[in-house]
Amino acid sequence: MTEAQNLSIAIVGSGGAGALTSGNLLLEAATAAGWYGLLTRTVGPQIRGGEAAALIRLASRPVECLADRFDLLIGIDWLNADRFGAEIQIGPHSLVISDPRGGELPAFVQNSGARVVDVPLKEMAKSIPEGRPNMIALGVVAKLVGLNEDVFAALIEKRLAEKGKVSAQASRAALEAGFAAAGAIEFDRHLAAPVAAKKRWLASGNETTGLGAIRGGIRFAAAYPITPASEILEWLAPRLAKVGGVLLQAEDELASINMIIGASFGGTPALTATSGPGLSLMIEALGLATAAEIPIVVVDVMRGGPSTGIPTKSEQADLNIAIYGFHGDAPHLVLAPQSVGDCLFTTQWATYLAEALQAPAIVLSDQFLGQTVAAIERPADVAFIGERIRHTATNAPYRRYALAANGISPMAIPGMPGAQYTAEGLTHSERGTPTSGAAEHRVQLDKRRDKLEQFAFGDHWATMEGTGEIAIVTWGSLTGAVREAIELAGRDGIAVRLVAPRLLLPVQNARFAAALDGVKRILVVEQSHGGQFYRYLRAHYDLPGQTRVLHRPGPFPIRPSEIHQEITAWRN
Amino acid sequence: MSKSAGAPKVSTLADLFGIAYQIEIDAVERYKMLAEQMETHNNPEMVNVFRDLARAEGIHAEEIRRQAGPIDVVAHALRVGRWSKGESPEEVDLGAAHYMMTPWHALQMALVGEERALAFFTHIVDTAKDPKVKQMAAEFVEEEAEHVNLVHRLLRKYPAPSESWPHDPDPPIAQE
Amino acid sequence: MEELRLTADTQLACKPGDYRSDVKPVWCPGCGDYHVLMAFTRAFAQLGVPPEQIAVISGIGCSSRIPAYTNCYGFHGVHGRSLALAAGLKVTRPDLTVVVASGDGDGYSIGGNHFLHACRRNIDITYVVMDNRVYGMTKGQPSPTTEPDFDTAISPGGTGLSPFHPLVAALASGANFIARCFAGEPNETAAMLVEAIRHPGFSFVEILSPCVTYRPDQKQWKDLVHPAPVAPTNDPAKAARRIMTDDGFNIGILYRGERRPYQPKFAPQSLDPSVLEQEFEI
Repeated sequence: MTEAQNLSIAIVGSGGAGALTSGNLLLEAATAAGWYGLLTRTVGPQIRGGEAAALIRLASRPVECLADRFDLLIGIDWLNADRFGAEIQIGPHSLVISDPRGGELPAFVQNSGARVVDVPLKEMAKSIPEGRPNMIALGVVAKLVGLNEDVFAALIEKRLAEKGKVSAQASRAALEAGFAAAGAIEFDRHLAAPVAAKKRWLASGNETTGLGAIRGGIRFAAAYPITPASEILEWLAPRLAKVGGVLLQAEDELASINMIIGASFGGTPALTATSGPGLSLMIEALGLATAAEIPIVVVDVMRGGPSTGIPTKSEQADLNIAIYGFHGDAPHLVLAPQSVGDCLFTTQWATYLAEALQAPAIVLSDQFLGQTVAAIERPADVAFIGERIRHTATNAPYRRYALAANGISPMAIPGMPGAQYTAEGLTHSERGTPTSGAAEHRVQLDKRRDKLEQFAFGDHWATMEGTGEIAIVTWGSLTGAVREAIELAGRDGIAVRLVAPRLLLPVQNARFAAALDGVKRILVVEQSHGGQFYRYLRAHYDLPGQTRVLHRPGPFPIRPSEIHQEITAWRN
Repeated sequence: MSKSAGAPKVSTLADLFGIAYQIEIDAVERYKMLAEQMETHNNPEMVNVFRDLARAEGIHAEEIRRQAGPIDVVAHALRVGRWSKGESPEEVDLGAAHYMMTPWHALQMALVGEERALAFFTHIVDTAKDPKVKQMAAEFVEEEAEHVNLVHRLLRKYPAPSESWPHDPDPPIAQE
Repeated sequence: MEELRLTADTQLACKPGDYRSDVKPVWCPGCGDYHVLMAFTRAFAQLGVPPEQIAVISGIGCSSRIPAYTNCYGFHGVHGRSLALAAGLKVTRPDLTVVVASGDGDGYSIGGNHFLHACRRNIDITYVVMDNRVYGMTKGQPSPTTEPDFDTAISPGGTGLSPFHPLVAALASGANFIARCFAGEPNETAAMLVEAIRHPGFSFVEILSPCVTYRPDQKQWKDLVHPAPVAPTNDPAKAARRIMTDDGFNIGILYRGERRPYQPKFAPQSLDPSVLEQEFEI
């Protein structure tokens, strides 16, 4: 029996089987017992009844990406499950639990060389009043990986309490049946005993994004639903109200972006969340916020593109529009969180920066981060609370866009007497009066650029780890996978640096150069078809030495082993 | 609809002075507004014409204030209120302005204004109960009649423009 | 609408001039919007709200230039989105008096969708649309309210399309106060604006405002406008029947509704954000 530092389990089922529910319960139970882990899901196109797979990774320390292969695959049924073949990598080392009445084994299972053990889930469920096959499957899996029944007892009570005692009872009975059935199955690995865990949370990236926003001072959100960002807005709706804020549902993204600009103009830090198609609609108003110098935060939970694309899958291909999408020269802020926990920090920091710099901030999250549920160490409290510089009464007539040493003009808030002004999208003078004059145009362009470039962003601008002549430059949700690949390379004796910018705009030339000092080879890793991040690096930074790019579009994340292979291949 | 339908009620002498004063002040504001429009639209001749008209109305206002003696015309103007229907008689029609207008046009506007004022005070003479009000209103009628004549005299100096007066060889410019 | 506690002194103390900035309008002499500006300043003076407590929000077009000509807080936003700006502002700052200024292009074309939902949402703001049945700022293209046979370069011979009926749309979408004014009657318009602003919920005031440059034919409007033949009503069905006989020049209030305005209640004692993390704790 091996004590594994991590185990990967996939639970597959369709048509109301509840594969995702089982997956969630497994993760909750494991984390309650002291493990870390994460869960992502992959689904068919149906709203209900579709094929679904819960992909779970459990580990004794925090993990930020899926592993390269699955140890255990359980099929509640196999209907349309061949769709998941590319995402659920199994092989001779894997164990597959299959219900003989669950349909034909998909080709990818048959061809994998994995050991297949039959467990009659449906039949067993029938013998339990209101018993469900997915709870039996959960029992089997939990026992095999080394979880105890007691950790489920409290959980079942909590989760199924509202459905009535009978359901909780039935679930417990089904779990026990599953535990019992697992006793007869050989499985050569289970999770190592957890170490004393620090204070931990279980949350999705979308949820931590919402909390980061509130911590940063957001008190108004406008919402137009879009997959995979809707959960941010749904999480915020009741909770913003609890902290004295308000959320308004808009009729479209054109409304939501303008609503947050209006709220911010009135003095309330404001945010909206969307995905690629919504961001495209918001671009004009983002330019307005830039020109009129109004702080706002827009979270883009990136999904497969272009156009309607793959709404339920992740990709890193909105970098171009976030950075270059505005008409005119419109410097602004673009940030990207790197993990589920980092969604909190980055959104909070973005709020702080937007307010301090009176500029819009785009936060590029993605579907992987947004919809992955992960056990994380409790994020540290940081002192970044958004607060714009306010105008205080003077005798001189107020000039909203007055030049200042640091480029930031004190902002009058409506209601303050003697400081009335009109916020302006037209090119304007210091006072805010529209002008087409060359000097004034130049002065304001310089101001808006300089205020960003002069700002001291500090060390949070990027994650930089390790030493060595090879560096991997990546961003966003791939940071976790890159980190694991670097660990694997480290075991081979190859020293690799990680540089992952969190602040993508404004560019940080000097710091980037310093981060890459001594580096001879750079591997750029990103999830886009066109190599958007690579081109961004080429456009704005000097890349020393040789550069290779590992890039591919969604829908599947790049795994640690793929990155590790690239490094190994290049070494030789 | 008669203009008097929305006119403020004039009951006392103080009311009359207040309203008479307000009429002139409104005219000053109106002509100043037009002068500004002409300045922004590069018609310097008309800037001067409207400024002259504003000045003239300002002089009328001052005369009324003097005639009022101890009566606080400003306070009474505020108390008596504004026209609820239509505008005050000498608030000339902004809609009749044009960036290429000529003095003749301005005088036509002024003429309408003075004639309206004349009609307003005439109505008061006809309907006022208080003899003092009637008497003073009659004086204002004479004043306004003189203004009307003045405008007519000025019009003799400024001929009606030819039909092509609004012709601008340049097309309009789209600004946004 | 929050009760404005004004004394006679406060009211008398506010003069229209207090609401006018020193910025000189670039509108063509003869433009109806000059009258609208006067109506605004007269209305604000009558209301007695200090200028710093009024926000005038606009989009793009000749009418949308108005904020900078007032001495209030203003926002000259992008084309068609003024209602959204105003919604975000009013919901977070219910203490402000929010007036939205638009035109027939900005408001009924690109802004059409936001118009419908603003009526429906019934936030306590006042929407003033200066309708001149043409796109003035961009050189005279037809707008949604332009007559079907109006010849333009972009639509030779006219669009052939039935004009949009803003009052009908407003009524159908749930606006709480609907009226039409004529710019050439600035005092009547000011009185209407006062009532519209005071009326709770979403108030819609269409102001027929002639365009001297592209629609010289609109000089006739002063002879075509007339008081609406039927009194205002609070019954949407009556208002709907009345509007069937609207020739587009009925001046007056069509409808005064009684829907409660939308204003989210702010929690009287808000929680500390740290409380929110409890739901994540393992």
